[in-house]
Amino acid sequence: MIYLVVKTSGMVLEHVEVANGIKYLKLEAPDIARSARPGQFVQVRCAAGCSPLLRKPFSIHEIDRANGTIGLLYEIKGHGTQMLSGSRAGESMEITGPSGNGFTLPGDPGEECNALLVGGGLGIAPLLPLAAELREKGHKTTVILGFNDASRLCRTEAFAREADRLIVTTVDGSSGEKGLVTDPMSGLMKREKINVIYACGPEPMLAAVARIAEVQRVKCEVSLEAYMACGVGACLGCVCRTKSIGGKPYARVCTEGPVFDSREVIWNG
Amino acid sequence: MDDARSDSEAGLRTDVKNCGKTGFITCREDGLKVEVKAGMKNKIRTDMEEDMKTDMTANAKVNMEVEIAGLKLKNPVLTASGTFGFGKEYSPFLDLNRLGAVVVKGLTLNPREGNPPPRIIETPAGLLNSIGLQNPGVDYFLEYILPELAAYDTNFIVNISGNTPEEYGLLAAKLSVPGVAALEVNISCPNVKAGGMAFGTDPEMAAEVVANVKANTRLPVIAKLSPNVTDIAAVASAVEKAGADAVSLINTLLGMAIDIKKRKPALANIMGGLSGPAVKPVALRMVWQTAEAVRVPVIGMGGIVTAEDALEFIFAGARAVAIGTGNFIDPRATISVIEGLEKYCLENGIEDINQLVGAARK
Repeated sequence: MIYLVVKTSGMVLEHVEVANGIKYLKLEAPDIARSARPGQFVQVRCAAGCSPLLRKPFSIHEIDRANGTIGLLYEIKGHGTQMLSGSRAGESMEITGPSGNGFTLPGDPGEECNALLVGGGLGIAPLLPLAAELREKGHKTTVILGFNDASRLCRTEAFAREADRLIVTTVDGSSGEKGLVTDPMSGLMKREKINVIYACGPEPMLAAVARIAEVQRVKCEVSLEAYMACGVGACLGCVCRTKSIGGKPYARVCTEGPVFDSREVIWNG
Repeated sequence: MDDARSDSEAGLRTDVKNCGKTGFITCREDGLKVEVKAGMKNKIRTDMEEDMKTDMTANAKVNMEVEIAGLKLKNPVLTASGTFGFGKEYSPFLDLNRLGAVVVKGLTLNPREGNPPPRIIETPAGLLNSIGLQNPGVDYFLEYILPELAAYDTNFIVNISGNTPEEYGLLAAKLSVPGVAALEVNISCPNVKAGGMAFGTDPEMAAEVVANVKANTRLPVIAKLSPNVTDIAAVASAVEKAGADAVSLINTLLGMAIDIKKRKPALANIMGGLSGPAVKPVALRMVWQTAEAVRVPVIGMGGIVTAEDALEFIFAGARAVAIGTGNFIDPRATISVIEGLEKYCLENGIEDINQLVGAARK
């Protein structure tokens, strides 16, 4: 996969908390917005100096080519995101990207496809630009977003604008349907023919979605998360175990991924 | 073809401030001539054009060229093995031709899968890794990767690792081909069971490995030393006696981290090698001690991110320096270090960077 990755400076346009501990960051980064595809990521240098040391990878959550902006969605979790969360509108940060392969969009133009997008927690991030692009190409999309509880629920209005149908689930039932993202999947897939599934979220969720896809014989792509250093395929630090990609047991999440065919991934127990 | 275009565009970054509308830029495969398509009116600045400009001014005023074991480097800045792939991975960010040398990912006789993930974890000002020498093997490198590297005008130094001294010799013989500028003998990898660090922590074994390599090649041979020893000078002297044309140090320091939520080691391999700014004082001390003990050139590395870091190593006695983890922090760290070194020389009336080697010892 050949792509255009650049090191550039992104200016903060908007930076707001959209749910408990979850922030939305909008950056002016025309070099990245121009060539970014759904499912790709950027790496952000969260602070100058050695703490944190590495640039942190974030899925691209919004792509606005006309205005040259991208949106990111992240959880304040570790030191890096803590530092990042303090940046304000008007400030600039070093970013590299767009990196990684991105989702495969349905093949033949004109052939309508019924796509199911499944996101859990922060895994909803890369699905928004995907939903937008699928809609633009005339495909039908159903989006299922799962959260732990109502306090973590976010960005549902943005998804509602792009998706034909939106289902929200929470584990404790404090908002939307009570249960896991996989709960509404089975019923939905019984009622209608789904041509492709795209998923991103915690690994147990992805493994469960992948199992359903396999049983129903539906093509499924999953976006994986990994601790990353170089982000360009040089350091081999971010590998995941796969069945046979390129005849090698380990694939680099940063370059062969982060999106994989779910049948290729070997899930941890 | 669309893909081919993207490929040639990959090394270019436009300055959006000056070019109103976005558009396509194309460049020749050699990355030197930048052609701007209609509507752009030559208002685009690219990193590569900047790279070239700085290069020319530098050549006019400061001699940045250094010699390591007969090998001429256009400047003393190298990449550290394992952090820069085979070089081309970083070509979107910088012009590889500007580097003194690219030291490629360590190769072994047979392909290696590497260690299971997690393989890396950040620690305060440092990075622990246990990649486990994942590589496609020397034959694959010779057949598929080396021919691609011929397109670049820089030195490619190949790092090698073996399970036995004989295997190192075999690797040296196979790699003694045009396109390979020198060999770096890895006797210091902390992440593999056989070989690696086991050779580098015993002066006699280290010497035996180097002697085997020397007997099988006419290329310059650089021994990469492990910091996981009590007396670095003893190992350095031993490999020098065995014929090493230069030494490079340090490889990573053996370390570990524990995930307190899981109550388990953070790396699947339990232990890993520590690199990054955290190790710089240790690396600098060892470069100082080594430069005192040997007459062959010393290549210093360990936590270098800025030109100031590089200057410390040069003043301690390093003829050249390598950037490793620094590439992860800033993919253009090598270029900033080269430019920073040039600037330092210009500002301090230094005509030849070689004058600075060991400056702190005088």
